[in-house]
Amino acid sequence: MDKFRMIFQFFQSNQESFMNGICGIMALASTQMYSAFDFNCPCLPQYNLAYGLGILLVPPFILFLLGFVLNNNISMLAEEWRRPRGRRGKDAAVLRYMCCSMAQRAMIAPVVWLSVTLLDGKCITCAFCTSVPLESLGNASHPRLSQGEVQRVLARIPCKEIYTGQQLIASEVAVRYLRCISQALGWCFVLLMTTLAFLVRSLRPCFSQAAFLKSRYWSHYIDIERKLFDETCAEHARSFAKVCIQQFFEGMSTDLEAARCHLPRKAPADAGEAAEKLLGITDQGTMNMALKSWHRCKPPLHLHPPAQPTGNGWAGEGQPPTHPSAPRKETAAYYSWV
Amino acid sequence: MDRFRMIFQYFQSNSESVMNGICGLLALASVKMYTSLDFSCPCLPQYNMAYGLGIMFVPPIILFLCGLILNRQSLVMLEEWRRPAGHRMKDPAVIRYLCSSIMQRAMVAPVVWIVVTLLDGKCLICAFSGSMDPQKFVGFANVSAEQVQQLLAKVPCKDDELLRNSTSRKAVSRYLRCCSQALGWSILLILIIAAFLARWLRPCFNQVTLLQARHWSNYIDIEQKIFEETCCEHSRLFAHKCILHFFESMQQEIKLHSFSFPRQGEGAERGEGLLQGITDQDQVNELLKTWYYEKPPLDVSQAHQR
Repeated sequence: MDKFRMIFQFFQSNQESFMNGICGIMALASTQMYSAFDFNCPCLPQYNLAYGLGILLVPPFILFLLGFVLNNNISMLAEEWRRPRGRRGKDAAVLRYMCCSMAQRAMIAPVVWLSVTLLDGKCITCAFCTSVPLESLGNASHPRLSQGEVQRVLARIPCKEIYTGQQLIASEVAVRYLRCISQALGWCFVLLMTTLAFLVRSLRPCFSQAAFLKSRYWSHYIDIERKLFDETCAEHARSFAKVCIQQFFEGMSTDLEAARCHLPRKAPADAGEAAEKLLGITDQGTMNMALKSWHRCKPPLHLHPPAQPTGNGWAGEGQPPTHPSAPRKETAAYYSWV
Repeated sequence: MDRFRMIFQYFQSNSESVMNGICGLLALASVKMYTSLDFSCPCLPQYNMAYGLGIMFVPPIILFLCGLILNRQSLVMLEEWRRPAGHRMKDPAVIRYLCSSIMQRAMVAPVVWIVVTLLDGKCLICAFSGSMDPQKFVGFANVSAEQVQQLLAKVPCKDDELLRNSTSRKAVSRYLRCCSQALGWSILLILIIAAFLARWLRPCFNQVTLLQARHWSNYIDIEQKIFEETCCEHSRLFAHKCILHFFESMQQEIKLHSFSFPRQGEGAERGEGLLQGITDQDQVNELLKTWYYEKPPLDVSQAHQR
């Protein structure tokens, strides 16, 4: 568990490392998916090609989309793309950088699936077994069969138990031939992808390093700014809710005093903090009424502006000091702790 | 787990150690890839040589390119090579040192693949069974020329019905595997002797230049990392300031915000110092451009005297 936690912390420390970690996990998941997948060639002339090519090409497409879905930055890219200009201009280079880096990471799992599939050979064997060159690989002495019959016999090459065409062409010869072609394709594909990755990575410092540094900085900035803004909003909401609820309870307590006129007015100085926290509600009936009022008639989302406290630096806003001292108890308490 | 953590921290501590770790991982990955690869020789005259030599040489190229891609120092070296000189002169010895260390590390995994392939023998048997002289083997001596090519091509496939129990097939196979293993061991021996000599003789030549080049290449690497970290820190503070300014421009929420976070005032003062007066987009862009086009001279003594 310690080992796992350490590896997890290493990846969490950096946003890019985290994305690389997800990328690696998806690549491993795609190899695992392939080995767990039970490949069943249909061994019928019309269906082999569709099945083989489907297994070869559809899962990579799904993995590519999944790579985008799992990437947190996709919503950030969409927001930045669609926001109105406002007072901050939009930089197309930043959007391109974010898009490219996400696409590169999403491409890894599909490429791994394609490579593993081609190197294994089952898909290509299933898809192209009816196209094996009989003239060069087949046995010279075979009975003359119609085209359709030949296709039907060849389609059963991947299914060894039901293959009946040993006189036409030995199944091992055909399978070896197709698997050789498949592995050659696989290795060429991997070589091509690796060369592309190498060129992309090594040509960038030669051409646009300054622009790259700029785009990378501002894309990180947008990400951090969004997170900080969410955190600030959450804390603001917490403070807002706190003051709103306190004002609700104080409003209730004032109403009750006005209505009943016999509740002793507790001096906060006498009873201390506990009495302050009770906010003037000290018996069951009052509490029940407060709860009913909270459910039936929630207070508006509008906080009473507090009075101007002494010694405050906010010179810009003028406060009408028209409220009674009770709502100001809480705010005055904050300032006394500062 | 303690041991694992210690090993992990050791590799993390030093950039060169990280590179060595990646190099080792790639070598292990190449062995694992070879063992999990399902080698199936086509056993056809025209295809054997291409398949056998392809399996022997294409994956090493891929592993070499992977070794270059995964090595962070290759980016550092390219940036150092292509940057304009500006205030800081370029030292070709540093670039040569970086280049040679990157190449050495990237060559390990391909060499491991080639050696493992040769010691195993299947590739060479597949590639060269068709080039054997049939007269040397009893079973192939009296066969027509066309047929002998077909038969020799089928030697790597043990289960082929024509040659299943043929002793000549086994003889060809053994002969080729012996050559392959001899070649493999010789290559390994030559490489190890070369590495030994290079490491042993190096202190006799240019030790001072080597120490300087190594120091400055480490410096460039560390400087790059610290620049990125400083940019991250700067962008965080920049964002913080920006958001605070945004909140401050709204009247009612300001009072609640300042009531809730009296300590924000101290944080903003600390942030001012770290932002160093760089507070808008154009100034940051100018900073990044200047960093690339005119790196500062390697001289911090004036800063101390001030």
